Amino acid sequence: MNHHYDIIIIGSGVVGSAVAREMSKYKMKIAVLEKELDVCSETSGRNSGVLHAGFNNKPGSLMAKYCVEGCLGFDQIAKELDIPFKRTGKIVVGFTEEDKEKLIRLIEQGEKNGVPGLELIGKEKIKELAPYVDGEFAMYSPATGILNPFIYTIALAENAHENGVDFYFDQEVIAIHNLGSNSSQIAEQTGIRYEVKTIKDTFTARWIINCAGLNSDKIARMLGIKDYTIYPCRGEYFILDQKAGEYLKIPAYPVPNPKVGGLGIHITPTIDGNILVGPSNEFIDEKDNYSSTQEIQDLLIRDGSRIFPYLKREFFIRNFAGIRPKLVSKSIGGFADFVIEEREETPQAIILVGIESPGLTSAIPIARRVIEMIGQKEDLKPKESFNPYRKGILSFKEQTLEKKKELITQNSFYGEIICRCETITKAEILEAIHNPLGVDTVVGIKNRVRAMMGRCQGGYCETRITELLMEEKKKTEKEILYARRNGNMFTGKVRE
Amino acid sequence: MVIQKDVIIVGGGPAGLAAAVRLKELGIEDSLILEREKNPGGILRQCIHDGFGLTRFKEALSGPEYATRFIEKAEELNISYLTDTTVLNISSDKQIIAVSKEGLQEYQAKAIILTTGCRERTRGAISIPGTRPAGIYTAGVAQAYVNLKNMMVGKKVVILGSGDIGLIMARRMTLEGAQVLAVFEILPYASGLPRNIQQCLNDYNIPLYLSHTITDIQGKDRLESITVNKVDENMKPIPGTEIHYECDTLILSVGLIPENELSLLAGVELDHRTKGPIVDENYQTNIDGIFAAGNALHVHDLVDFVSIEAENLAEAAAAYIKNAYLPQCPIRVETDELVGYTVPQKISGNKEIFLSLRVKKPLKNCSIQIVQNGSVIRSKKMRKALPAEMIQIKISKEDFNSSNNIKVVVKDE
Repeated sequence: MNHHYDIIIIGSGVVGSAVAREMSKYKMKIAVLEKELDVCSETSGRNSGVLHAGFNNKPGSLMAKYCVEGCLGFDQIAKELDIPFKRTGKIVVGFTEEDKEKLIRLIEQGEKNGVPGLELIGKEKIKELAPYVDGEFAMYSPATGILNPFIYTIALAENAHENGVDFYFDQEVIAIHNLGSNSSQIAEQTGIRYEVKTIKDTFTARWIINCAGLNSDKIARMLGIKDYTIYPCRGEYFILDQKAGEYLKIPAYPVPNPKVGGLGIHITPTIDGNILVGPSNEFIDEKDNYSSTQEIQDLLIRDGSRIFPYLKREFFIRNFAGIRPKLVSKSIGGFADFVIEEREETPQAIILVGIESPGLTSAIPIARRVIEMIGQKEDLKPKESFNPYRKGILSFKEQTLEKKKELITQNSFYGEIICRCETITKAEILEAIHNPLGVDTVVGIKNRVRAMMGRCQGGYCETRITELLMEEKKKTEKEILYARRNGNMFTGKVRE
Repeated sequence: MVIQKDVIIVGGGPAGLAAAVRLKELGIEDSLILEREKNPGGILRQCIHDGFGLTRFKEALSGPEYATRFIEKAEELNISYLTDTTVLNISSDKQIIAVSKEGLQEYQAKAIILTTGCRERTRGAISIPGTRPAGIYTAGVAQAYVNLKNMMVGKKVVILGSGDIGLIMARRMTLEGAQVLAVFEILPYASGLPRNIQQCLNDYNIPLYLSHTITDIQGKDRLESITVNKVDENMKPIPGTEIHYECDTLILSVGLIPENELSLLAGVELDHRTKGPIVDENYQTNIDGIFAAGNALHVHDLVDFVSIEAENLAEAAAAYIKNAYLPQCPIRVETDELVGYTVPQKISGNKEIFLSLRVKKPLKNCSIQIVQNGSVIRSKKMRKALPAEMIQIKISKEDFNSSNNIKVVVKDE
């Protein structure tokens, strides 16, 4: 099969999905190619879920500019996409005079970047904002927020899809050929045409947008651009039970060490009421090694306990790891700026590399920059039918008693609790199973409605969810996948 | 409309059923069991092996058979129960909110009995390093897939933890054609019952490695292999002892935790040792009129004791419903360092009680003594005491010599 598009976006992380969504405002035929079975399977789904204010980044950098823009503009996006988001504020706590100096410089840097409301606060104010966090003084940033990175990326992708973008999963790109401007098959506006081969299909497009994150260097090389190397830098986390969530309502960070290139091991409440401890900062060799290690787990407990004394073993429910796609190696350290460029030798191919933190916050401004670059080459025609609004899956748990009664009367599936820890009903699970993007992995359901994310980790609901998935999607046991293409959960029936 | 009930039993497993039957026999008519599953019976429904009922019925029954005895009795006595009904909230003034396909219903009960069972400890709770691929199951989940859903979880299996369900699953997976490579236990002794070690491992030549644990998990999509290390006396992995096992399935049997999320909403105080409510000899929690029994109270090794405990609870709860009052229990049960916990934790000193307890490590030729006011008021000689086996000691009303606290101590013989 041969598919032709105006634009092919490679990668459906938060940046690829944001580009797809923003681009779907225009009359263009757009496809997103994703090697995994769902959006946000790599870096975008594996981070602290913080909407950064933009004080950590060098004044004048794209990181600083887009982060501040993304942060301040997020209320509108959250409203359009119907996603949970809280502007909690954040504190960066310090203990020594040296820390204090660094915090003052951080405030100056933030102010240069245009971050509003930064202030140095004392012990008393820390206790008021975060009663259980230790620290002598802190920088307080009222603009910082928290969001669910899965739901954000899914919402961007779903809204793009509603507005006509095609998503292709399990389509790892293996080769890209520039067919040149004298391609005779289809008469084009500009004539340039790329052929993109995946493990399954061949696609052609006039524009290629490389949003491949960890593999953006690999995709760039397929285009003939050889001078980028992504250095994978792993960050491990602990997830704590919602019971620990009572002790922390605002992200608490240590004073960063600019040489390391991470933000230090911090304690972050999630939008769903858990707490994250992490991430570590470890350069590794493989781009997909999401292992947790004993050494780092010990380090997280040690460092995390310094600012948060409620980091107790009884609250541990899960570990995970994410990988930063860094453009700087371990020996250089620190942060390189985002790269968003179109090279002369590869016209109509926009390369995005080094989109690490604050990439989640910056996704929309990055997407708008990409559109601006396309707009410089051709006339973009707005699509009248574009609908910026997307409806999320209604959370039964968060409704009032009256509303709950009403929901069950309207749809009796709201009366069947499938996931006990997170109070997720069958109605929500069914909506997740029949998600607009057609994702049908078990983790896909988990990321959409939080079933299996609670303290029993699916002990109660996983058997019910896999069974529902089989029924609803007419799948056999052998076809149920946990998260990735060879992640089969079952070898078949016990007995035929 | 709020429905008024004398007693609501949360959970229709073995404890809830036994409590309901006994309450009815004692003349408490207005009771209701709320059960979240499609059928009553609780975890017994998936325990298709035999060995249940040896104490209670003097015969070996399968889990479903054992449950059926109580379900039939409950039906015979016209005990009301609702299935597919999940309790969302319990308040300290004994109001309950439950949902089902029929709608959301509010209840007001005079007494509430918590028989919510337990859940399994997970990989995340014990933070095993490594990747997070498909193919890692807790023993109970694997058991539910294989026995209830007819879904086979894997072919080449390693089991971590020697808890009873893990041992049962070692045999079950073997019988269904899987290869069970080994069972690893971090402790220097097994956590499961000796009879299960014999019948589920030894009889099938499945090796049990004590003082070993999993230190790494490999595989991106599906589990590919694990690394095991020997551990030292502090349970820390010993470097250089790594052994690599290729496998597609890891089954975890690393402990059970009494399920008390609803109890906490009602303000019930938990014992950090049992992870269940602190109760007195009437199985009453710190909240007046809220009772608990079975695995929600403390994890049992035999269902027979769950039933007996729930029946004892029913006696007290019936008295509470009739009199709206139960005697105070000011005497605390203390323990020495060899005793893991006791249930109940508080007693009156005016009633015969059965004290349930566990030792913290395997002991030989010891005696368990109940000491009050400096003198031994009861003692039980034991040739062998294992953490896996719950110990019960009867204390008669006449044994008490004062209203001072009692202490459970273990003495070498």
